[in-house]
Amino acid sequence: MNFLVFLTIAIILSSLLLIVGHFLPSRSLELEKSSPYECGFDPINSARLPFSFRFFLVAILFLIFDLEIALLFPIIPASSNNISILLPLSSVFLIILAAGLAYEWQQGGLEWAE
Amino acid sequence: MDILFFIIQALAFLVPILISVAFLTLVERKVLGYMQFRKGPNVVGPYGLLQPFADALKLFVKETLKPSTASPYLFFFSPLLFLILALVLWSLIPIPQPTLNVNLSLLLVLGVSSLAVYALLGSGWASNSKYSLLGGIRAVAQTISYEISMGLILLSILIWTGSFSLKEITLSQQNCWMLLPHLPLLFMWLISTLAETNRAPFDLTEGESELVSGYNVEYAGGPFALFFIAEYANIIFMNVLSIIIFMGGGSPFSTIPVIASLIISTKAIALVFFFLWVRASYPRFRYDQLMHLTWKNYLPLSLGLFSLTLSILVITNSSPFIL
Repeated sequence: MNFLVFLTIAIILSSLLLIVGHFLPSRSLELEKSSPYECGFDPINSARLPFSFRFFLVAILFLIFDLEIALLFPIIPASSNNISILLPLSSVFLIILAAGLAYEWQQGGLEWAE
Repeated sequence: MDILFFIIQALAFLVPILISVAFLTLVERKVLGYMQFRKGPNVVGPYGLLQPFADALKLFVKETLKPSTASPYLFFFSPLLFLILALVLWSLIPIPQPTLNVNLSLLLVLGVSSLAVYALLGSGWASNSKYSLLGGIRAVAQTISYEISMGLILLSILIWTGSFSLKEITLSQQNCWMLLPHLPLLFMWLISTLAETNRAPFDLTEGESELVSGYNVEYAGGPFALFFIAEYANIIFMNVLSIIIFMGGGSPFSTIPVIASLIISTKAIALVFFFLWVRASYPRFRYDQLMHLTWKNYLPLSLGLFSLTLSILVITNSSPFIL
């Protein structure tokens, strides 16, 4: 409940700033001014560029590792009751994680420049 | 009545944050100025103290425009989302009491701060300009890469404090700050926060020589001001978070209300100054060096340190700090 109230306040505050910035200035739109920025030239072709495959690979790696971190988080509440079984279980998990990283590294998935 | 009280409390917390963001811009220009043997802004008001308000006024009366090819809704929604997320994050910070009492506050902080990626991606893509698209992609790749190392660094800390609540993390450091046993983690964490907030040696998203300004190149006036405020609010937030996690929050007097807040702010100011100092000292990284640093250095190292801290906990047969 309080979270929603805080969220609403944050939304109202930010929208207020956006609305102020929207209606306070006077405008004079023209064609040249509203064309996308390209160092003073007319845009040559569409800006929906194909991008490097490396970025896609980073996103995939992020997905895997972030998921694994999310799976590691329950260790923390679990650590307060039975700690002796914690080490072998989490070690197995960490070894799999590290082996995945090593495999990715060895296959060259982490190399940015050839 | 309770809700009214809460609204007043939240506003009394959020408005000073916006003001502190304004003053951070002044501090940055002053510190950078003096580090380069200049004076920085000193004309508007005494010692240039009114400069940030003049800047804000200027930004909000500047003409804002949308490029003709940009996607209309996403273009204006992204800066809004960025600022909303930056403000919501602050509700969870205990100085020394959080505005929102959440049990798993650090988890919520991680989740909400990950959402900021959508704002970067949205603004970069919706501007429909080559520079902003490239800047947006770079920003997203950098932010998500460093999020992983930050998550693993946090795991090592959390396994010793035994709680996700930022307040309990502060309380667990009453006798010993986390920076003493976890010094290597502290260095990695500080560098990761620099990269996460796109600050100086890692500001590849706005590499002026190649990308002009990065994902916000098409924004002018009000929406640009939103990005600016959100970025600086995130910088202060990250520093306060580092204080709470590694340097014990209001540690020597964390139970005395006002003094604890003052101590937290003083420590945070010192860290913000460190951010500015780094900006004045170091040249920009190359993008492959940036990725090399997080994927090949921090990720394996933080994995290893996590197993080490876990093993220490098990070998000494000590349970984590429990209130």
